[in-house]
Amino acid sequence: MDKLLTLLEDNARMPNEQLAVMLGKSEEEVAAAIAGYEKDGVIHGYKTLIDWEKAGRDLVTARIEIRVSPKKDRGFEEIAETIMEFDEVETVYLMSGGYDLALTVTGKTFKDVALFVAHKLSPLDSVLSTATHFVLRKYKERGFRVVGEERDERSVTLL
Amino acid sequence: MINYETILSNKAKTIKPSGIRKFFDIAAEMDDVISLSVGEPDFKTPWQIRDAGIRSLEKGKTWYTANAGLAELKVEICRYLKNHFDLSYDPKTETMVTVGGSEGIDICIRALVNPGDEVIVVEPCFVSYAPIAELTGGKVVPIATKAENHFRLTASELRAAITDRTKLLILPFPNNPTGAVMRREHLEAIAEVLRGTDIMVLSDEIYAELTYGDERHVSFAELDGMWERTILINGFSKAYAMTGWRLGYACGPAPIIKQMLKIHQFAIMCAPTTSQYAAIVALRECDDQIVAMRDQYDMRRRLLVSELNKLGLTCFEPEGAFYVFPCIRSTGLSSDDFCRQLLETRHVAVIPGTAFGESGEGFVRVSYSYSISHLMEALRRIGAFLKDLKSKQTEESV
Repeated sequence: MDKLLTLLEDNARMPNEQLAVMLGKSEEEVAAAIAGYEKDGVIHGYKTLIDWEKAGRDLVTARIEIRVSPKKDRGFEEIAETIMEFDEVETVYLMSGGYDLALTVTGKTFKDVALFVAHKLSPLDSVLSTATHFVLRKYKERGFRVVGEERDERSVTLL
Repeated sequence: MINYETILSNKAKTIKPSGIRKFFDIAAEMDDVISLSVGEPDFKTPWQIRDAGIRSLEKGKTWYTANAGLAELKVEICRYLKNHFDLSYDPKTETMVTVGGSEGIDICIRALVNPGDEVIVVEPCFVSYAPIAELTGGKVVPIATKAENHFRLTASELRAAITDRTKLLILPFPNNPTGAVMRREHLEAIAEVLRGTDIMVLSDEIYAELTYGDERHVSFAELDGMWERTILINGFSKAYAMTGWRLGYACGPAPIIKQMLKIHQFAIMCAPTTSQYAAIVALRECDDQIVAMRDQYDMRRRLLVSELNKLGLTCFEPEGAFYVFPCIRSTGLSSDDFCRQLLETRHVAVIPGTAFGESGEGFVRVSYSYSISHLMEALRRIGAFLKDLKSKQTEESV
């Protein structure tokens, strides 16, 4: 029933009644499937994509690349779990390539983020180095166009 | 001063302009119109198809192709028709590439119809058949399909329309605007009427890939004895979301394709070269994308049918294309008034059924080639419109 998941991914607020119609299932079946996905952690939760800039709230986002020394037996798990605990951190990924962990960090100002890196991240034992890249402009986020508006350019020429 | 009225072709002058123009002029003035009126996919052409077009330009493939189209493309078209619909055509003599399905329709009618010949047009339908038949001097004989038959052509309706002057039957299924499809048994009944006659069939199957449910689309040319009388029109616009590339094809018996090709080469030389290179990749690599787009349309279709029925605009379940054709008689309005009032008060654009033939009166065409959130907003507005209308009508009756 992964069609349900793809529908929900883009339309999290769609009522079960309409989801059921679109999938040719009963409302009960859809409700049960969603409950199952939530229980199994297939669905982690539901969030809203907000353009905070438009909403008038100051928000600075940075991508931080970290090189760490992995711990014996636990590899990168321990440091990743430590970093996850910070509220400033939105995403933590283990990466292939030239560095180990990639973070997305948000703060109100550049200084907030810089202080977070200097005071919380860099002092951690296994952190060897950090590289902080500030986001200047968002164009697309989670599949949605953030910059400008997508205009329907189709014009009815005949029918 | 030249009086153009006296010098213009009488035939051109008598063609009626498309009746929906005025709606779009109104809609163009509004800034928050939610449109459900467009007759083309909302998807962009899949990336690898676009890329193939770009690459052909980079390589400098900017010349005309052979009149009938690139040999490689015709081979792919025939392979596709064999795999998808079990149809056999010779790429060299029975297949030609056209500028959209529209050109195929045009040259097919022009290659077959003599002045006075009768052309049966199954309505409601795409708007171009009748004007082209009339330009050719043919006499258009409309058959109005009925909602109670799910807008399918029936054998008895066809039999009643046939005379000894009947030259051509235009069979437009899956249908724009009704979304009706003809399943094998329905086509078989039509074939039975035609067997033993010399009546030709233009089967416009441009929406063939957009058929919903477990059964695949059946081409009219598949049926016993029908291949020899059928000119199959298909193309890339709807299945591959390639409307702007203007690319279609026609397949049929060699003697007919030969005459169509003659008109094509004098009128237009060849179909766009870039589009032809792109289409080769479409046919070779994009079966999965067709299915993905069809799945999307199918979900929207179910949503619209269910919600419109709930609002009291009954619609039979369309099984093809990307349109629903709800009946609006319960509102007491004509199709034209319904569309005008809906546009003026709630800024939602749908198309009156009458734009597709007189038999479309009492219906409107609603396209679902739009995102789900767009459809939901449109449905909300239509619901509000119907509520207003009801309270207004109650007030008046008091």
